[in-house]
Amino acid sequence: MFRKKGRLLASVLTAVLMLSFVGCGEKNPTGQGQAETANLTGSGSSFVYPLLNQQIEEYRKGNSNIAINYQSSGSGAGIKQVSEQTIDFGATDGPMTDEQLKATKGGQLLHIPLTLGAVAVTYNVPNAPKELKIGPTVLADIFLGKITNWNDQQIANDNPGVSLPDSKITVAHRSDGSGTTYIFSDYLSSISPEWLSKVGKGTSLNWPAGLGGKGNAGVAGVIQQTSGSIGYLELAYAVQNNLPYAMMKNKEGKWVPPSLQTTSAAAAAATIPDDMRVSIVNAPGADAYPIAGFSWALIYKDQTDKAKGTALVNFINWSIHDGQALSEGLHYAKLPASLVSREEEMLKSITFQGEPLIK
Amino acid sequence: MSKKRILTTSMGDQTLRLLTLLMAVSVLVLMAWMGWQMFDAARPSIQKFGLSFITNRVWDPVKEQFGALPFIYGTLVTSLLALLLAAPIGLGVAIFLNEMAESKFRAVVGFLVEMLAAIPSVVYGLWGIFVLAPWLRETVEPGLAKWLGFIPLFQGTPVGFGMLAGGLILAVMILPTIAAISREVMAAVPNMQREAALALGATKWEMIRVAVLPYAKSGIMGGIMLGLGRALGETMAVTMVIGNRPDILPSLFAPAYSMAAVIANEFTEATYDLYLSALVEIGLILFGITLVLNFFARLLVWSVARGPKGGNVV
Repeated sequence: MFRKKGRLLASVLTAVLMLSFVGCGEKNPTGQGQAETANLTGSGSSFVYPLLNQQIEEYRKGNSNIAINYQSSGSGAGIKQVSEQTIDFGATDGPMTDEQLKATKGGQLLHIPLTLGAVAVTYNVPNAPKELKIGPTVLADIFLGKITNWNDQQIANDNPGVSLPDSKITVAHRSDGSGTTYIFSDYLSSISPEWLSKVGKGTSLNWPAGLGGKGNAGVAGVIQQTSGSIGYLELAYAVQNNLPYAMMKNKEGKWVPPSLQTTSAAAAAATIPDDMRVSIVNAPGADAYPIAGFSWALIYKDQTDKAKGTALVNFINWSIHDGQALSEGLHYAKLPASLVSREEEMLKSITFQGEPLIK
Repeated sequence: MSKKRILTTSMGDQTLRLLTLLMAVSVLVLMAWMGWQMFDAARPSIQKFGLSFITNRVWDPVKEQFGALPFIYGTLVTSLLALLLAAPIGLGVAIFLNEMAESKFRAVVGFLVEMLAAIPSVVYGLWGIFVLAPWLRETVEPGLAKWLGFIPLFQGTPVGFGMLAGGLILAVMILPTIAAISREVMAAVPNMQREAALALGATKWEMIRVAVLPYAKSGIMGGIMLGLGRALGETMAVTMVIGNRPDILPSLFAPAYSMAAVIANEFTEATYDLYLSALVEIGLILFGITLVLNFFARLLVWSVARGPKGGNVV
């Protein structure tokens, strides 16, 4: 009895296996020129993960010979792993420092912008309008703990005709290390000398005031549950959850709401150096939203494996072109066209034994 | 003939002994190895800051200044608060279920209490954000400030998120551990003990006090210590309600931070080696505190267990 069952099981298994082989044969791409298979692993920024993951799925539809596995382990881990060459590419929300770039094991690392992020300032103030105006120094002073009440004259000056309540301000910020905090503190450092010297910029800070919430959801939770609170969130999160967000005054003195368009405008107007390691906070341009930043892919200029290198460069090239079509649905800002053509040149400079991998 | 039999038995015994010894040692080796690994990874931070790491109150990743004192404080205060709240309640639950409740009721309530332990901590955290914190801010904290405001523990602005919220949520989380273990050990008390006490004319409370609790106390202590262990290491639920502010303030209403929470929060984005190393050192300190507390708990259980099994009727 037992044996019979075993034999039956074996034959069923064989049949399944054979069928699945047949299935594989059918799925193989016929139109693709290079059918060389490659398995790529990447790791890093959790901000870029939803977009990158969807891009990977979409890309695989046309290129089933290429498998890409991206883990959202955090920018710090991405930088560390790519420097140690335990992964094929990294992704980060804050550019690597010169020191970090010197310490890589595989030579020169390139920063290739994958997408743009913006940070929205959101608040919970009884009877406040939907788009409260908060000027740069006012924002810095609130987060420095110097402006502590919503009826402060400086807030009123930016919002004529709006009467704000006599209510204590509770500041909410991210408690987990995050690219969102990096962009936000980068902005405050760029507009407030006091912030720059006292606090500075980074993925985690020594906050002079306020409560920490874990993740976007944690910060949003604190804000929703605390009357008189103010905090910052990733733009996509604020939009999806219909939270009120403040208009910010940009470098040209215009009040700009955070949106995908104003974020792209910031990237288009900013002066971007050749290595792409640039902060685009407080960018020039009438439409530019001032609290924005890049997420970069980290890729070695000299690839050590031809098949992997070719697959990687092809995928990134697709990601910055066709892959951008997925951005808006996921509330990511598109890379501006002027930047994409420069990134293309960077990708062409990536080589295997001195030979460029794409033309 | 008999010699041979003894030999084979002892062979089997020896093998079993060796096997179990190996298993027991493997735990020790694992502990030592983990401790060493953490020490090794924490070395840059230990070398740079020395003892000041434990006494320094500033945690500033941007300026590369790391001090663990606020995290140690937050962990100890919230865990202690949790223990103060959960231990008496857990014990009460156990006494009621074991000695008072009818068997049907006992099964249902016992099951529900143990279900509390099965709720994922992130769910506790969400409940903390959306229910506990607003309730504390609107009702409990203003009330405490009004009636007990002369004590520094209950002064300051009610925010909701802070050490009180952290302690309360931990209390709920460790309650089932304490209740379940206390119940088990009380159920193991021989019925003759109870019958003897009752036969001497004891009331129910006297019976519990004289015949049950003294017999079960070392087990109850063990349960409380297990609860404390969980409280010290709990991460997700605490970080969601504690306010995550590395500060040392006397008020329970004030936001604070815990050791496990800061590691979980900052580890993934720790971008340079000293920063990572400082986080690992916090892990090492937590490891050390847990070991020391467990050691003292053992000592306590041991000294309690050596005493007479019966209590004194006064």
